[in-house]
Amino acid sequence: MKTLINIGIAIIASATLVSCFNDKKPNYQYFPNMYEPVGYETYGEYRIFPDEQEAMVPPDNTLSRGHTAYDYENSTDGLLRAKQELTYPYPITEENVSAGAQLYTVYCAVCHGDKGDGKGILATREKFLGIPSYADAGRTIVPGGVYHVQVYGLNAMGSYAAQVSEKERWQITMHVMDLKASLKGEPGILETAEAINDSISSLPENKMEAVTASQVDKK
Amino acid sequence: MHIPVTNKKLYNQQMKKVNFIHLRSKLPLLLLVFLLTFSTTIYSQDAAADNAAAGGDVAAGEALFKANCAACHKLDKKAVGPALRGVGDKFDRDWLHKWIRNSQALIASGDAQAIKLFEENNKAIMTAFPALSDADIDDILAYVDQPKAEPAPAAAGAAPADGTAASGGGSVSNTLVIGALALIFLLLVIMLYLVTNTLKRIAEANGVVYEEKEKGTPIWKAFVQNQFLVLVFTVFLLLAAAYFGFGYMMQVGVDQGYAPVQPIHYSHKIHAGDNQIDCNFCHSSARKSKHSGIPSLNVCMNCHKNISEVAPETATEEYSKEFYDGEIQKLYKAVGWDAENQEYTGKTEPVKWVRIHNLPDFVYFNHSQHVTVAGIACQTCHGEIQEMEVVEQFAPLTMGWCINCHRETNVNLATNEYYAKIHEELSKKYGVEKLTIAEMGGLECGKCHY
Repeated sequence: MKTLINIGIAIIASATLVSCFNDKKPNYQYFPNMYEPVGYETYGEYRIFPDEQEAMVPPDNTLSRGHTAYDYENSTDGLLRAKQELTYPYPITEENVSAGAQLYTVYCAVCHGDKGDGKGILATREKFLGIPSYADAGRTIVPGGVYHVQVYGLNAMGSYAAQVSEKERWQITMHVMDLKASLKGEPGILETAEAINDSISSLPENKMEAVTASQVDKK
Repeated sequence: MHIPVTNKKLYNQQMKKVNFIHLRSKLPLLLLVFLLTFSTTIYSQDAAADNAAAGGDVAAGEALFKANCAACHKLDKKAVGPALRGVGDKFDRDWLHKWIRNSQALIASGDAQAIKLFEENNKAIMTAFPALSDADIDDILAYVDQPKAEPAPAAAGAAPADGTAASGGGSVSNTLVIGALALIFLLLVIMLYLVTNTLKRIAEANGVVYEEKEKGTPIWKAFVQNQFLVLVFTVFLLLAAAYFGFGYMMQVGVDQGYAPVQPIHYSHKIHAGDNQIDCNFCHSSARKSKHSGIPSLNVCMNCHKNISEVAPETATEEYSKEFYDGEIQKLYKAVGWDAENQEYTGKTEPVKWVRIHNLPDFVYFNHSQHVTVAGIACQTCHGEIQEMEVVEQFAPLTMGWCINCHRETNVNLATNEYYAKIHEELSKKYGVEKLTIAEMGGLECGKCHY
């Protein structure tokens, strides 16, 4: 009888010990006042903020650092104008195109496919349907339009302005145009880049950038 | 002898009677089941007949619909464009051909119906499909105009329900088996106890006398008397206490395995695993910021505007389709999305995600340095996230763990010309070909503590 009681005690003790481990709760800390920040943490929950939410959108009439203005509005008219007027503000270089290719794999290829044929994994798994190929006859895929759609989204596609910066959007645009060319069997974007790059370098602001870049090289 | 026979006869008659009564009451039900089983085929035959009249092939139409239209149109739900079921009956066929091939041209030509439709749908421009032939469009319309297959979803709904019931039964039976085994074991123990008791009683009744064991010194007294044993035992006890005490102290503040319940059950397994969405797609700031970033809800909505429910095959034994659909509804509520009218209501509420990976305030850690500069896969520190239905902390995130990696990992020097000279000098100093992070000063206190 005594041994039975002993075994019982052992079982209860180990059960309580095991049940103390709860993976739904964080562990104890030695000195919480050294672990917990005094200032407001990113994504923190503090009473002084609206909705107690540290993460907020910028206040009205302010611009974030490095913001670049985009003059075309989110409408059919804006898209048509962007298609006609907008061109690359950055030179088409191997560096830019390969950076664009990397970003494309992250943000676009899930739907549009690695080759731009509209057969990404989400399309083949039928999560998204009706994704057109960049070489689709009924659509005019031009740099200005590609950039505009990344900023605002179009139809079922959402805006990617929050995830990729202005320069990155242009890099992706370069890669998209490259994919379109290869789908159509035309020469790639780097081979036809010279004419476009000449027109870009004639822009005053880009000249400045080119000068500073060459200075850095000398140093 | 007679009586049982008549009884048997009577019994048989009764049986028959009873049988018939049951059959009669069941007959309508059977008929209903019969009808339901065949009603789908009847429907599809009807549809096929209709289509033959209109000259459309449903299967070809479905493929065309999925390739061209489904980006913006759903059959029974408003998406970017209006729901399309039954559209062939609403409009004239020739007019539809023109509209689908180039709606803008039709609007420009001043067609009153086209202009009305355009304005009703917020002047959203439908892409032109000049490549579609009349036959193609008829195929699509044949697919779109199929009556909604009511019994089919019911049957489809019933089948998974049965499936889950069966599988649920499987898990239930497992616990049942274990429970039954435990019960049998318990019964055996009780029986054994009772048997010994009765045997004892019988033995006593028969006058068998047990030899009582002679009581020597109790074991604990013997133990106390042996001083050497006490010493050894005490030393052992102290060592053991130190060992376990140290182990316990060392895990204070370490949250390895921490897997809290999140306000919205977001499955990394479905998103990053099954659908192979890159981590950076949602955690886009990991590339260029200290924080990997909790995606704001507009990133969720980039896809979930379109995906309002999960596919039936996404459901698992543990989490049903209804559960997952409910979680998507939670997202809609938080972001203020009215799925019916496809517009934002403006009523938002914050989602209180529970942070899992959290370094103490006195440590500086930068994601971009590790993700973009070093090119380390997220899985190195976060584990096989793409397989986690519920995310848990994989690494201990202790200082020792950081330092270890900094000691062992070689830095990629190949494409870093800017630092070529200093890299060369450092290699010479340490007499190694490849430099680890530690050798480049990655262990200096100020790198992470300030």
